[in-house]
Amino acid sequence: MTLGKNAGGLYWMFRYLERAENTARLLEAGWYIALTHANNGTNEWESILTTAGMNEAYLEKHESFEAASAINFLLRDKSNSSSVMSAIEAARSNARMVRTALSGEVWEAVNECWMELKAALARPVTERNLHETLMMVRNRTSVVRGALHGTMLRNDIYAFSRLGTFLERADNTARILDVKYYVLLPSASFVGSSIDNVQWEVILRSVSAERSYHWLNGGDLTPQGIAEFLILDKRMPRSLAFCCTKISQYLGLLEEEYGQRQESQIQAERICARVSSASVEAIFDEGLHEFLAEFLADAARLSGLIETDFKFYG
Amino acid sequence: MGHTDTQFDEMLAGLDQARPPYEGYYNWFCGEDLKGLRRKSAEAEAFFRRIGITFNVYGQEEADERLIPFDIVPRIIAAREWAKLERGIEQRVRAINAFLHDIYHRQEILRAGRIPEHLIAGNDAFLPQMIGVNPPGGVYTHIVGVDLVRTGEDEFFVLEDNARTPSGVSYMLENRETMVQMFPELFTKLKVRPVSAYPQLLRRSLSDSAPQNSPNDKPVVAVLTPGIHNSAYFEHAFLADRMGAELVEAHDLRVENGRVAMRTTRGYKPIDVLYRRVDDDYLDPLTFNPESVLGVPGIMDVYRAGNITLANAPGTGIADDKALYSYMPDIIEFYTGEKAILPNVPTWRCSEPDALAYVLEHLSELVVKEVHGSGGYGMLVGPVASKKEIAAFEKKLRAKPANYIAQPTLSLSTVPILTKAGLAPRHVDLRPFVLVSPNRIDMTPGGLTRVALKKGSLVVNSSQGGGTKDTWVLGD
Repeated sequence: MTLGKNAGGLYWMFRYLERAENTARLLEAGWYIALTHANNGTNEWESILTTAGMNEAYLEKHESFEAASAINFLLRDKSNSSSVMSAIEAARSNARMVRTALSGEVWEAVNECWMELKAALARPVTERNLHETLMMVRNRTSVVRGALHGTMLRNDIYAFSRLGTFLERADNTARILDVKYYVLLPSASFVGSSIDNVQWEVILRSVSAERSYHWLNGGDLTPQGIAEFLILDKRMPRSLAFCCTKISQYLGLLEEEYGQRQESQIQAERICARVSSASVEAIFDEGLHEFLAEFLADAARLSGLIETDFKFYG
Repeated sequence: MGHTDTQFDEMLAGLDQARPPYEGYYNWFCGEDLKGLRRKSAEAEAFFRRIGITFNVYGQEEADERLIPFDIVPRIIAAREWAKLERGIEQRVRAINAFLHDIYHRQEILRAGRIPEHLIAGNDAFLPQMIGVNPPGGVYTHIVGVDLVRTGEDEFFVLEDNARTPSGVSYMLENRETMVQMFPELFTKLKVRPVSAYPQLLRRSLSDSAPQNSPNDKPVVAVLTPGIHNSAYFEHAFLADRMGAELVEAHDLRVENGRVAMRTTRGYKPIDVLYRRVDDDYLDPLTFNPESVLGVPGIMDVYRAGNITLANAPGTGIADDKALYSYMPDIIEFYTGEKAILPNVPTWRCSEPDALAYVLEHLSELVVKEVHGSGGYGMLVGPVASKKEIAAFEKKLRAKPANYIAQPTLSLSTVPILTKAGLAPRHVDLRPFVLVSPNRIDMTPGGLTRVALKKGSLVVNSSQGGGTKDTWVLGD
């Protein structure tokens, strides 16, 4: 048993860390496409910002989708509450609040992550040092994760940390798919064109899954294959099915610790069942967008239930 | 301050000649090269940043977390010196607790005429709400910090008592941890008494002070912090963490079934001991400042009913109030029947005709302070004041003598710090930390040494450019 405030702080700390990492991945994918000029004139930055849910905020400050302004908006803009730096700030602030629930190593890792990125992002990031900066985000957040795995008790505190990670990740993967769902639709007339291939590649890259996908599918890139991989494949650590399984598992751990089954667990199992009973054909028949929209709404509801079930707020 | 010729240096008795407690260290130091040591200093800073030993500065958004500068040259106290300090502090702490009990009950000391009544009745630090209240276990001030200064081989003085919420103990612990990491060889060579047991002692001391009628199997201890923006938040989190106690804020607490309870993931759970780092005035909006959002409405009712221990008790500030300081030797004698082992800084109360006469004759040598003043206002520093200033002050003093006290200008001891040019003497003070529970008093050997980093400065406060040092008490 821990303080409700601590449970909430841990949950949000790990949501924010995951968010920072996801934004960095997304940025890396977008940059790659922009560099290879493979997008045939369509503006990749607009699509990246939409996926990150920052399009409107971006347009309030900028008139067009330039690489430099998009990169800095995504990475370090203080007015953008979802920028990498804002997310890291929020994660570290939550970590300070729940300092007593964290092992010394986890706290130090998140504090160092914050210190290093704060220094690296103090000035505008140029294309020349973008790669290095993005690597730093991935490395630093990985150290936090490593410290969590290596030093934390597997109790309720750990469960809340992991719940934050997987809810954020599921939300992120679903959002990426939803923004790009139209390029996965089989009805599109340009199936097989180079534009498609590039768009599919972006999807895979933004969840760091291009290698594993090709490894499993022998280079056979199809919309169904990608959707199946990112929604249903339980081996893929960023797929919806994988995240759902983990969420259920950690809510189960909480049930065991607390001896009480709660609303959030019922909701999580419902989502889990829906995902694992689906086939990719059925999803496409019913509508990919509809499927994803419902998933996102379900996940948001679940997050709310977790907050109330475990008394995050007074 | 121009005392350099007479001041007592704790490390060096003469050119290249260390005082006995420093011999081992000084030999080691002379074999080290300056560049290497300077590098260690930089390493120490990086270490403090990484583990987040920072304090917050209000109203400065960008740089709102700062480090207190740390000097890598330790302050060393011999076993014999410490033994005397320990006895003196223990005596003082006993007297303070006895005084607090008395002043909130029968007020024998006032009846006996040892302290003028108006010093209590008209004092903001005296809380009438505490009259007749019996803290669980009978302890008022569980955690005390006694500020000491030194002027010579055997001359220690108590500068002030901190009976409310003494801070800085986390620096004592982290300074040591840093030193052990950086200079392990020193700790194998020299017998330095450890300080690391403090958090466990604090935990035990607080648990032993818990109410007897607790519904919990074993005492539940929590630390109450104003929150992550408080300047001492690091210390609050640090102590809770090391004690294995919960760190709570006001919005985590409420009064339920006559107990103070914290909101956990499974509902509200009663707390037995609250180590509160929130000032009296903010503790309970129903009893004290109604505007407070840092406190728990109704907590004082629970306290009066004996259902929670507050450490320290509300109202302990009356014992470390400036107006009472000069009475501490009398207070100690009144409650312990012994003379004070550790002297106060000699203080003349200008309300007394003999004292006033002396002060008027020696204005150019003394520091004269307003009893209720703070922050160095309304004060005369004789040795550096002009004739005109002294004359003007004399008028004020004659008009309202009871408003003033006078003290000699002390020549504080120095301990060297490491500068670019090598060792350089700087003034220091010392705050040992004492834990009081119903059955025992625990002292951690050493404490926090604060050092004025500017040459000649006597100001050791971290808010004004002071730093800290690791403090070593040597074993026998």
